[in-house]
Amino acid sequence: MSIGLAHYLAVAAILFTIGVFGIFVNRKNIIVILMSIELILLAVNINLVAFSVYLHNVTGQIFAMFVLTVAAAEAAVGLAILVTFFRNRGDIAVDDVSVMKG
Amino acid sequence: MAVHAIAFYLLATVTLVAGVCVVSARSPVHSVLFLILAFFSAAGLFVMLGAEFLAMLLVVVYVGAVAVLFLFVVMMLDVDFASLRQGFARYMPLGAGVAGILAFEMILVSTAVSTGGAARLNDTPQASDADISNAETIGRVLYTDYIYFFQAAGLVLLVAMIGAIVLTLRHKPGVRRQVIADQVARGPKTGMRVISIKPGAGIDE
Repeated sequence: MSIGLAHYLAVAAILFTIGVFGIFVNRKNIIVILMSIELILLAVNINLVAFSVYLHNVTGQIFAMFVLTVAAAEAAVGLAILVTFFRNRGDIAVDDVSVMKG
Repeated sequence: MAVHAIAFYLLATVTLVAGVCVVSARSPVHSVLFLILAFFSAAGLFVMLGAEFLAMLLVVVYVGAVAVLFLFVVMMLDVDFASLRQGFARYMPLGAGVAGILAFEMILVSTAVSTGGAARLNDTPQASDADISNAETIGRVLYTDYIYFFQAAGLVLLVAMIGAIVLTLRHKPGVRRQVIADQVARGPKTGMRVISIKPGAGIDE
């Protein structure tokens, strides 16, 4: 059985659901939530690249690059917010984030 | 073809197992290391598809920058991670149920798309144009049709960099810092005073 588009899409789908599952079960640990978001974006990238390759259209790879860019920016800003929050509270429990509202 | 299939199943299995370990590892340091493993195997999948440029980008950007940033933050923050894990067992059945349904539906849709969509006409994967490399194919499109989006992506990174610096930079009160501008601007007029002192009075300052 040769490997086709469906195989890559299945891998991406399972990886996406693993990311969603990670957000579900690690509701308090915001670091693992951020890592789950990275997994979700990786699944999206696999989808984009697989479609780009099997449709013979390079635009999907360009878009995957932009997704990569935004994911890197999101990780940087998210971790910066996390560090600031930890300095203010001495803890990173997500339940207490509501005290930050102005 | 058999080697191709074996490589695909190996890389896909490692990616998915590493993904499961990311969300279920006890220590966040282990989670980050499994995240790196997942990114590496996903880069291998990209190479199998023919998208070498994105595979290398994934290794350089994700493994080299983002994962190391995660590792840095995890080790810098002194947090009791055991207390953050409570509720794992409680949310597990609901999460597994939702994830299972989601995966089932998405695989159903993707199977339908891959057997009935426009991609079914192309059996062979083709990541780049006929006789040029993958990187050159991407460059030819990225720097012509998508040049404004490329610039916007650079702007996003600039804003993220400034935002991260603004958020985490702090000046501790009570720390005396060297201010070069003040030192350079100091001249005879500001650096010296002539005081006339009465004999026997001394200076009270």
